[in-house]
Formats: sequence, structure tokens, C-alpha cells
Amino acid sequence: MAGERAPVVRFIGVSRHFGSLRAVDDVSLDIADGEFFSMLGPSGSGKTTCLRLIAGFDRPTSGRILLHGLDAERLPPFERDVNTVFQDYALFPHMTVEENVAYGLAIRNVPRAERRRRAGEMLELVRLPEVASRRPGQLSGGQRQRVALARALVNRPRVLLLDEPLGALDLKLRQQMQIELKAIQERLAITFVYVTHDQEEALAMSDRLAVFREGRVDQVGTPAEVYERPATPFVADFVGTSNLIEGRLAERLAGSPAPCTIRPEKIRIVAAAAPVAGGDGAVDGTIRDVVYLGSHTRYRVEVGEGVVLVVVELNRATTAVDAHAARGRPVRLAWAREHLRPVGGR
Amino acid sequence: MRFEPAASQGRERAPAALKLAVAGVLLFLHLPFAIIVLYAFTTDDASYRFPPPGLTLDWLQVAWNRPDVWQALGLSLRVAAAATAAALVLGTLAAAAVHKSRFFGREALSFLLILPIALPGIVTGIALRSAMSLASIPFSFWTVVVGHATFCVVVVYNNVLARLRRTPASLAEASMDLGATPQQTFRRILLPHLATALVAGGMLAFALSFDEIIVTTFTAGQQQTLPIWIYAQLSKPRQRPVTNVVAVFVVLTTAVPILLAHLLTRDKGGGIAGER
Repeated sequence: MAGERAPVVRFIGVSRHFGSLRAVDDVSLDIADGEFFSMLGPSGSGKTTCLRLIAGFDRPTSGRILLHGLDAERLPPFERDVNTVFQDYALFPHMTVEENVAYGLAIRNVPRAERRRRAGEMLELVRLPEVASRRPGQLSGGQRQRVALARALVNRPRVLLLDEPLGALDLKLRQQMQIELKAIQERLAITFVYVTHDQEEALAMSDRLAVFREGRVDQVGTPAEVYERPATPFVADFVGTSNLIEGRLAERLAGSPAPCTIRPEKIRIVAAAAPVAGGDGAVDGTIRDVVYLGSHTRYRVEVGEGVVLVVVELNRATTAVDAHAARGRPVRLAWAREHLRPVGGR
Repeated sequence: MRFEPAASQGRERAPAALKLAVAGVLLFLHLPFAIIVLYAFTTDDASYRFPPPGLTLDWLQVAWNRPDVWQALGLSLRVAAAATAAALVLGTLAAAAVHKSRFFGREALSFLLILPIALPGIVTGIALRSAMSLASIPFSFWTVVVGHATFCVVVVYNNVLARLRRTPASLAEASMDLGATPQQTFRRILLPHLATALVAGGMLAFALSFDEIIVTTFTAGQQQTLPIWIYAQLSKPRQRPVTNVVAVFVVLTTAVPILLAHLLTRDKGGGIAGER
């Protein structure tokens, strides 16, 4: 996807330092026109600063940002064809919902009748047509979120920036909004740059994502690439859970002391001393801990030398009683060899 | 996390002694007003006899026909208007500067701005008078305005600063993000957002200036504002109820703006920008 179209946002060696803090440190990346691009990372990893650099609220200390192929250095926020959905929504409290949504049009002197029509369309798009005359203070969190989205979309930007837009919503609403956001993005065919610290959210929604750590980008790729082939131990750990295998155990299992990882759901628990198919990897251990999670169970299995591997199994036929009874049981862990992957260190 | 008293505690009844004490304090504070109002209508024109020998509305007409009352009232209104205007501009700019930028001496500036309201008026008055004498500035309408502005700026500054602190930075960013220039953002977002704070601060400033006497005494030349006129009347027993009529008028012109300011800045509840 990335290579097919010209990048709509391009970072070339961009840094933003606040005193001695390197909030963004030499970041280069391309965001393709029309893609859903996520910036994923823990808080303080520089993802929100990157978003503010694209919006123009902040300037890079060094490096260049190209918007639609043009240098954005001298462009103030109000001249960028980019709109933002703020984390705190930033709705104007003294205006009605309709006035909020139509604000971008009023600034551009769009005639009143057209303003009303387009604001109505946007509220229709976010499925909130009935609150047009209310004030933001009278809305629920979920409704405010939709109004903020409608307001940012009304100018038909080519790039929409979203700063943890679902962070303040509860789980059910968040999952519903994830689906709606993705649907809106596909329908309008505009670029979404989506900042989140929620790896599930990033995996579920993105065409591609960048994983941030301490102001740098550890990996850029499709969700499958980032999940299946993490470039660094940090990515392996941050995106989903992962077992990091190093040193003597790595030598025994992979034939080399270089660190490697394996996802908990790729490991099977089989009976102790059970035969393992040729080409599969295996190690013996003892179940130390069992966490029953309803749809699945998480086991912590000690495999010697103080190393504990996390294994997740779906509870197809296992009951809570079965799962807990497994504590202390000696078992054999097995996996298809391609799931044990080397990771680059950094 | 705020401490929330249990619902039952909220409805708990105060003991009788406490109620009595509260009533006593309120009476002590407000009974003098009632006496002023009462003696504005007495038929006795020289002394305070109780009960008044009779009631009359004549003094309203007498006060209405006294040119010195009108002159003092006119001056007080013009001084209050000018001091309020100066306070609105200077107080807002100072609040914006202290809120938005970090500069050397920022805390000191904030302290110096608030100082005049904490200082006794007599200190401010003497300080201004000696400074003006030293600089050979003749006392005039404008020296009174400057004297009043010293403490009027504070109330506008405090009101606007409090509002700015409750204003998320993202509001202005959202406006510019949607295409508004800084000027448009100021006019369409910031000013309406600050409007009630400005009106409230302005009304308080006006009320403070309108009944100010101490600083005025030190900064005025021949000018007689309404409070100074009232003070001068105390030594003249003639037509004493006229003074009371004027005093009632002052109480009303001062109380109404303060009440309105209070109603305007009352928290209407319901955070906007995602908080709470």
C-alpha cells in the first residue's frame, strides 16, 4: 500500500527536542494517501508530538515534514489541509453542536444555508443528527467524541489526525467506535493518522502502523508484519505479549544465542514425554501458575534455568476446574518451528 | 478525588445556638443598612431620634434638586467608568501574559498586581500622593482614575486569569486547526469564552471604584466624588436625610452589579472539554 501512491505526509529525519528531552528523535516515515496509519507507543514515546508537528501546533527542532509533497515548515496550522480530533475533544462550549460542526465552514465564509446542510450531513455521518441544537455540555462522552469527529471532517481534509480519540470511552463504546471510525475512513477515502497506546486498537484498525519508543520508530509495517515479525524485543513485548528467549535457552531451542521470541498462543501444551512431530520445537517444563480468563486460560510454565514461558490456550473443552487442576503438572511445550523468531536487538 | 459528604450529612440540621449566632452576625452586618433606609424617610432633618417622628418622601425631591449631589454623582460615574475601562484592558493583557508565557519575574509581577487590593487604601493613597507630588503632576480627574485603576486592575486580572486557567489550550488550537487565523480565533473563541469573566470583573471594578473614599481623598484635588460628598455632609447637620437618600442610592448601584457579577461567574456545572 505504501509504495503505490505518493506519500501524503513525509517525515525526513524529524527531531523535536524540549531542552534535553528528545521527544521525537530523528524520525523518518511516509504515510500513503488514503491509508489508515497508526502511531502506537507507550505514553511519552513521541507519538502525540509527531501528530502536533503534522498539525502545525509545534515545529521540528530539525528535519523536514512534507505535506502533499510540499515543505510544511512555513505553514501555520490554519493553512494546512489537515484537521484534528483532539484527545479532550476541544468542543467550543459557547456554541451549539451545529455551530461547532459548521465552524470550519463559517471561517471560510461558506453561505449559511450550505453550512447548515453540510453540518447536517456530517452529523448524519456520525449518526448524531438529533443533537444539533444542544450545547457540548449537555452531551455524553461518546456523543462529544462524534461531534469532534464531525467538526474535523466538515472541511473535507485530505488527512485527519486523531489523538487517542477513544481514550475516554468505556470498552464497549470503544469497540463500537473502532468499527465506525474504520467504516468512515473507508467511505470518505481520506488518510487517517491515528495515535493510540492501545495495541489491540492499532492492530484492529490500521493498514499500517509505526511503533514508537522513546522518540524513535522501532518498526513500521502492516499489523501482521509487526505482530508476526517484530523488529525489536520492545515491539515483540509491546504489541501483544511475547516470550523473549535469550542466552543458553535460545542456544538450546534455536541453535544460536541470539534472542528470539514466540507468541504465547503459538505454543501447545502436550503431555510430558509425548512425541513431537519432526521439525517442531519442544521443551519440557512445569506449570507454575494458571489464570482462567473465561474464553481462554493463561499458563506460566517454568522450563528450567529460571525461565518462565507464557502460554495461552483457548478453552474449547477445558473448564475452570480442569485449568486449575493443571497447576504443578509436568508438561511438554511444542510449537511449529517458524513461530520461534529471531529479533534484532537495539 | 474530592471529599464528598454523605447525603445524610448534607441534610443534617445546625444546632439552635449556631443558627442564633449566624442570625446575629447577619443582623449586625445589615441592620445599619435598614437604619439608613429608615432615616432617608424621616421628617426630622437634624438628629437621629428613634422612632422617627414621622415619615415623608420629601427628601427624595430635595436630593433630586440639589446640584452638588448631581455633580458628585456625575463625577463618580465618570471616574468609575474610566477606571473600569482601564482595568479591563490592562487586567486582561496582564492575565494573558502571565497565563501564556513563562518569563523572568512572572511570579513577582503577579504579586505586584495583586498587592494594591491587599494593601490598606491609606498606604496606596499616601504612596500615590507623594509620587504625584514628586513628579509635579497636578491632581485632577485623571489622578483619581489612576488611583482607582490600581485596585480595579486586580479584580479584572484575577477574574480573567481564573477563566484562562480553566480554558484548555486545545480550544484555540482546534480553532486554528479548522482554518481560523489568530485574530479570528481571538474574536470567535477566546473573547466569547472570556466574556462573562470580563463582565463580572468589570462590574466588580465599577462597584469598587464607585464607593471608594480613601485613595480618592489622597489623589483628588478639588474633585468631590459621591463618597467624599457624603463624608463631607456628616459634619453638616442641615438636611441630613438627603445624605441617607444618596447613601441608599449608592448601596443599590453598588449591590446590583456585584450581584450580577456573582450570578455570571457562578459555575453552571458540567465540564466541557472532556473533564469530569
